[in-house]
Amino acid sequence: MKEKLVLIGNGMAGVRTLEELFKHDEGAGSDLYDITVIGAEPHPNYNRIMLSPVLASEKTIDDIILNTVEWYTENNIELITGDAVTEINRVNQVVNTEAGRQVAYDRLLIATGSTPFIIPVPGAEKEGVIGFRDIYDVDTMLEAAHTYKKAVVIGGGLLGLEAANGLMKQGMDVTVVHLLDSLMERQLDKTASQMLKLSLEQKGLNFMMEAQTAEITGDKRVSGVKFADGWEVEADLVVMAMGIRPNMSLAEAAGIYCERGIVVNDTMQTYDPKIYAVGECVQHRNECYGLVAPLFEQAKVAANHLAKLGSTRYQGSMTSTKLKVTGIDLFSAGDFNEAEGDEALVLQDPSQGVYKKLVIRDDKIKGAVLYGDTMDGTWYFQLMRDEASIADFRNTIMFGQHDLGDAGHGDASAVMALPDSAEICGCNGVSKGDIVNAIVKVGLFTLEEVQAHTKASSSCGSCTGLVESILASTVGDGYDATPNKKPVCACTDYSHDEVIDAIKTHELKSMPAVREFLEWKTPDGCAACRPALNYYLLARWPEEYSDDAQSRFINERAHGNIQKDGTYSVVPRMFGGLVKPNELRAIADVCDKYDVPEMKVTGGQRIDLFGVKKEDLPPMWKDLSAAGFVSGHAYGKAMRTVKTCAGKTWCRFGTQNSTGLGVKLEELTWGSWMPHKFKLAVSGCPRNCAEATIKDFGVVCVDSGYELVIGGNGGIKVRVTDQLTKVETEAEVLEYCGAFCQMYREEAHYLERTAPWVERVGLSSIRERLLDDEKQRKELYQRFKLSQKYAQIDPWKARAEGEAAHEFTPLKLQVETGSEALLEVS
Amino acid sequence: MSNWTEVVALQEIPNMGSRIVDTGKTEIAVFRTSDDQVFAIRNACPHKGGPLSDGIVHGNTVTCPLHNWKIDLASGEALGPDEGCSNVFPAKVENGQVFVDFLMA
Ligand code: SRM
Ligand SMILES: Cc1cc2nc3c(=O)[nH]c(=O)nc-3n(C[C@H](O)[C@H](O)[C@H](O)COP(=O)(O)OP(=O)(O)OC[C@H]3O[C@@H](n4cnc5c(N)ncnc54)[C@H](O)[C@@H]3O)c2cc1C
Ligand code: SF4
Ligand code: FES
Repeated sequence: MKEKLVLIGNGMAGVRTLEELFKHDEGAGSDLYDITVIGAEPHPNYNRIMLSPVLASEKTIDDIILNTVEWYTENNIELITGDAVTEINRVNQVVNTEAGRQVAYDRLLIATGSTPFIIPVPGAEKEGVIGFRDIYDVDTMLEAAHTYKKAVVIGGGLLGLEAANGLMKQGMDVTVVHLLDSLMERQLDKTASQMLKLSLEQKGLNFMMEAQTAEITGDKRVSGVKFADGWEVEADLVVMAMGIRPNMSLAEAAGIYCERGIVVNDTMQTYDPKIYAVGECVQHRNECYGLVAPLFEQAKVAANHLAKLGSTRYQGSMTSTKLKVTGIDLFSAGDFNEAEGDEALVLQDPSQGVYKKLVIRDDKIKGAVLYGDTMDGTWYFQLMRDEASIADFRNTIMFGQHDLGDAGHGDASAVMALPDSAEICGCNGVSKGDIVNAIVKVGLFTLEEVQAHTKASSSCGSCTGLVESILASTVGDGYDATPNKKPVCACTDYSHDEVIDAIKTHELKSMPAVREFLEWKTPDGCAACRPALNYYLLARWPEEYSDDAQSRFINERAHGNIQKDGTYSVVPRMFGGLVKPNELRAIADVCDKYDVPEMKVTGGQRIDLFGVKKEDLPPMWKDLSAAGFVSGHAYGKAMRTVKTCAGKTWCRFGTQNSTGLGVKLEELTWGSWMPHKFKLAVSGCPRNCAEATIKDFGVVCVDSGYELVIGGNGGIKVRVTDQLTKVETEAEVLEYCGAFCQMYREEAHYLERTAPWVERVGLSSIRERLLDDEKQRKELYQRFKLSQKYAQIDPWKARAEGEAAHEFTPLKLQVETGSEALLEVS
Repeated sequence: MSNWTEVVALQEIPNMGSRIVDTGKTEIAVFRTSDDQVFAIRNACPHKGGPLSDGIVHGNTVTCPLHNWKIDLASGEALGPDEGCSNVFPAKVENGQVFVDFLMA
């Protein structure tokens, strides 16, 4: 017998919890529960956030339905709409409804949201006085807008301004009444608040500031609002948007402990462990939330527990806000009013209507207010949540992420101006229209969901910024830009850092051990986490861990680059880009012998042989091996190439033997597995012909020694290296290089190249440990060399000698197959 | 009527891996999962013909090496938001040997 799960409140947080619960199950609905949903509203679950655009006629009710009635049926949910729960009987474990229904539960989920706060002044109950909370309210306002002219909105916060904007769009003459002297005082500082008021006035809204409502006047229907100082304004419609109150009366009456909201613990359980609560009705660690991003995080945790996994905790959220009034860009997060000891960085351009302020404490962002240009809101917010040090780019931070050379970044308003046909994701050919459609029709909220459904930004990732901008502007604030901590993949809730740490501290030495210890949700893992785990284990336990071929992407398993037609490319290693005549001859012979259709000099100063059949790889490697070549690893998350220039031996400007040093560096580092690919270069002088300043580790030779540079990238997002230090001898270059490689190998997330890694951990932290702490540097270098003892075994030679032969040998069978025609369908 | 053909010893297929059967006319990938089930599927991804045999196997699913579509080994169907299907053939293990019925597709 399945247990019975009853959800009270058919709204955003509750239904999201069910969706999260279903993700833990295979089929439709839940294997664990018979589910009943009881909702007071007569509608299926809809996107409440979008009521503002509906009021402004930018969207229709149909556009904002998140789960259709069919969805409930398909997932075997019994749906009761238009009926409110009136009592929770905890002794008998049943709930009673207004219409007289009795529904029994084994577990109960309360998600009753909140109710608009109606100020208790005389006349507040008159016809034409309403809150702004649900479809009914919006319908009432739209109706009023047809018949009446004058509207008063009480409350100059987010909700009030969105209501006022919508009513104005419906042709009403709107006055916003606010108790304090500045609008949105909980999100904005004085300056931003002034700017906002000015642009709203230009749009046509009227304001009455510092006005305390005393009475709603009129007979049956409202006719005006009277203030404490005796003033009065005419009104045919009054919208109260003074704030919300967690809707906890039901829980309170049932004796469940409540304070400002229903009190829950980190697993979203109330004081009655059979009863869970999520959403705005909840108080968690003393906070009540009124935005969907944190509520969706709560939903995830509640679902995890309802699914009896019990492996996650909700630890509170940091939130940011945006105002959904078309034409006004506004972003706010954290403590935006500086306290004693804080510093404020301010950029103000009145003629452009731009104002940006960051509040900084100990080189970390504590709060941000952006007005007029909110392009970098997501970035600042992420820095804030990561508590990242901004010391390294403090002098340019106000100019935005763009200034750091982030080419993948999208300007939100530029994105909105693009036509629907504009291609956003070049890799997967996804247009802006495809993305917006998927967001609206399927009801997507996160980048991951958009990636899964449209494939946009799921390949090279350079369009991620654009996709995030589209998401942000399509779903508004419901879009949770960057989760506090990103799990490795859907198989786990743990982040890369937590996995790396667990492998180290709990001495986990095999993949099953990691998955068991960290309670992986899938027995085998998936194509995303297995390669990561394999790498982390290999990097941590080079002496003991034996590589798992089946957890490697095919390129690394077959030691060649898979091509679009299923053949492979072969790039022999040529140390430092140097090559001898007999070696070139051997390569040429191999090409003749195996009918290689194309040869090419690569961007990494090696030679690529394209179109090799998989079965031909081992014999070809045997011939190359006989000529002295080892694998060039052009296929791996590994050390790739060391590019060099002519250098002192030949070049009239050369200051050091750059080719010789390049060969030494490649001899030190070849074969090493890395979190991502890793490239080096050595240039003989600052003319920098080897392009060392866009490599993961680069050396620029100068008369007096060697400049060492790190964290460069010439790929998707070009990033120029940061200066690490200058050394005098080749031996030091090797030591710093090895130590840097090892630090990256031990700390970076799998598939994170040095450029984003350096930005994440901060240049100063890397410098401190490599430059100031000689002992640590030497230890890192030793660990690198130890690991190289096991890594520098040529995989090509091994396979030419028979290792993993099954990989390269098809089974030839004379068999009849089913109808030809069938086999040709594609 | 079934036409079981003996293909290879189970041990010759790596756990969570595959072997290719080349019939001269077409390639069929025979997969072995972590719990030693076997599946036979045409070695061509419904997306752009990628060699499924080269993918990473997890559960009863293989992730195509070319563009990461996930294919259900039992049905040959693409999972999740992707749509498409590759032919599957009945397969079984008996006495440590893998048998495939190449006529039934
Ligand atoms: C062969 C080569 C192109 C050429 O003929 O010149 C090449 C070919 C590929 N590159 Fe590259 N890259 C090649 C040099 C480069 C360079 C230039 C360089 O190394 O100096 C860059 C920019 C420098 C850099 O990495 O910072 C480069 C940036 C990329 C990127 C973007 C990486 C990034 O972090 O932004 C990718 C995608 C990735 O790795 O995820 C990529 C991925 C690829 C892949 C492996 C795509 C794939 O996954 O199948 C290509 C394989 C082709 C094939 O089927 O063989 N390739 N690629 C070059 C091989 C170098 C070598 O000798 O080993
Ligand atoms: C106009 C507007 C604009 C907003 N804009 C944003 C925004 O831009 N960004 C953002 O993040 N958030 C925004 N929000 C807030 C966001 O919509 C809420 O945080 C979210 O909907 C709360 O989800 P919930 O499930 O807790 O409550 P709700 O979505 O309100 O769901 C609760 C449901 O429970 C029902 N219910 C209550 N009591 C009972 C009972 N006794 N029996 C049965 N059913 C009951 C209610 O009728 C309701 O349908 C906005 C809200 C509004 C109103
Ligand atoms: S070789 Fe590099 S740049 Fe050229 S198509 Fe392939 S990945 Fe793109
Ligand atoms: S060919 Fe398989 S995913 Fe593209």
